[in-house]
Amino acid sequence: MSDEPTGRGFTAEGGHGAVPLEGVASGVGIAPVEREWPLYEVFVRGKRGLNHVHVGSLHAADDRMALLHARDVYTRRNEGVSIWVVRADAITASSPDEKDPMFAPSGDKVYRHPTFYDIPADVPHM
Amino acid sequence: MTLTETAPDRESDEALERRFEATIARNDRIEPRDWMPEGYRRTLVRQIAQHAHSEIIGMQPEGNWIARAPSLRRKAILLAKVQDEAGHGLYLYSAAETLGVSRLELTELLLAGKQKYSSIFNYPTLSYADVGTIGWLVDGAAICNQVPLCRTSYGPYGRAMIRVCKEESFHQRQGYELLTTMMRGTDEQRAMVQESVDRFWWPALMMFGPPDADSPNTAQSMAWGIKRNTNDELRQKFVDMSVPQAKALGVTLPDPELVWNEERGHHDFGQPDWEEFMEGVRGNGPCNAQRMEHRRRAHEDGAWVREAAMAYASRQDGATA
Repeated sequence: MSDEPTGRGFTAEGGHGAVPLEGVASGVGIAPVEREWPLYEVFVRGKRGLNHVHVGSLHAADDRMALLHARDVYTRRNEGVSIWVVRADAITASSPDEKDPMFAPSGDKVYRHPTFYDIPADVPHM
Repeated sequence: MTLTETAPDRESDEALERRFEATIARNDRIEPRDWMPEGYRRTLVRQIAQHAHSEIIGMQPEGNWIARAPSLRRKAILLAKVQDEAGHGLYLYSAAETLGVSRLELTELLLAGKQKYSSIFNYPTLSYADVGTIGWLVDGAAICNQVPLCRTSYGPYGRAMIRVCKEESFHQRQGYELLTTMMRGTDEQRAMVQESVDRFWWPALMMFGPPDADSPNTAQSMAWGIKRNTNDELRQKFVDMSVPQAKALGVTLPDPELVWNEERGHHDFGQPDWEEFMEGVRGNGPCNAQRMEHRRRAHEDGAWVREAAMAYASRQDGATA
């Protein structure tokens, strides 16, 4: 692949205009750089009564800076009343693999759902 | 993020690819830790990174007018808008990082000229009316591009685009309102608006990329659900939207071939100068050198702040350990 854009393979959907997809380095496979501020994941409570929801991530040197950056990046228009930030490397996640045995136990227990039970139609409030 | 052990019976590559294809076919989203073809990952990183770079470089043409905005109201609006562009860049870098690249690495690829940004930002903002025209036409074209991307197959990209689109509407409306205000002003102000529209109309059409016949990658990107519309479809939609807006504003669009085609139910229009477009992509547009020089300087001037914050953080860690 040459480094020179060929004029072919532009996508209009580069946001603010067409960007070339050929002759462009992707950066995939380059080892992560240690010099960068750590990555934090950001969770915002939209309003009272709702859970905190993951909204994205950002880089910050420490926890306090992560909170301040999260306020500026993710809540410029009253999107939240509370923010959690946590270092991405502190999160433990399940495997994304659907066939992972992690979720299998819930698959065959239909009796955990209310619709499993037949109740006569004339019984009220159930 | 720490990975838990995956199941010992690893699936074959063909099985993984079939599952990926099935997820796309169901119109379901691909999420960061799903298996995905290398080509899909690379295409996404290129597209998201260049989108992010465009937002960050895009702060410059309008930032040029912050100190010269004609009133406190206009200055506050412009500041908020330029801050939004920074935010959009950060949402997008965050989405790109879920694909296993680092923001710093992407920034360095941009500074080395190995990744690009949208050529629209290589045009200068010569008059204050350009702030309005950019909001109306440039952000209007961006909205055409970005709304379909909210349904893109890669989850984090789609979610970032939903946030971007919500804010982009403010950008377009403030621009159009600015222009309507100027059109109610003096003859000189009206001429300034027309001159600005004349300069930005063709570059705005170029924002959708070369005609479909010259975009062989479109088919693959559409099959993967990364792209949802072709370049020409989006350009047509933009022209059809802009014509009545131009009429309401009282400006003419500088295209003698622009005419309503009853049979097609769309406007016919002329082609932008694609050689000019390619020159911009090659780095020879009016402001390429200036934009990159400014971005490089900002990155280098900020280095001591990034280092000092890290040094402070590690000293705090030492104190509490």
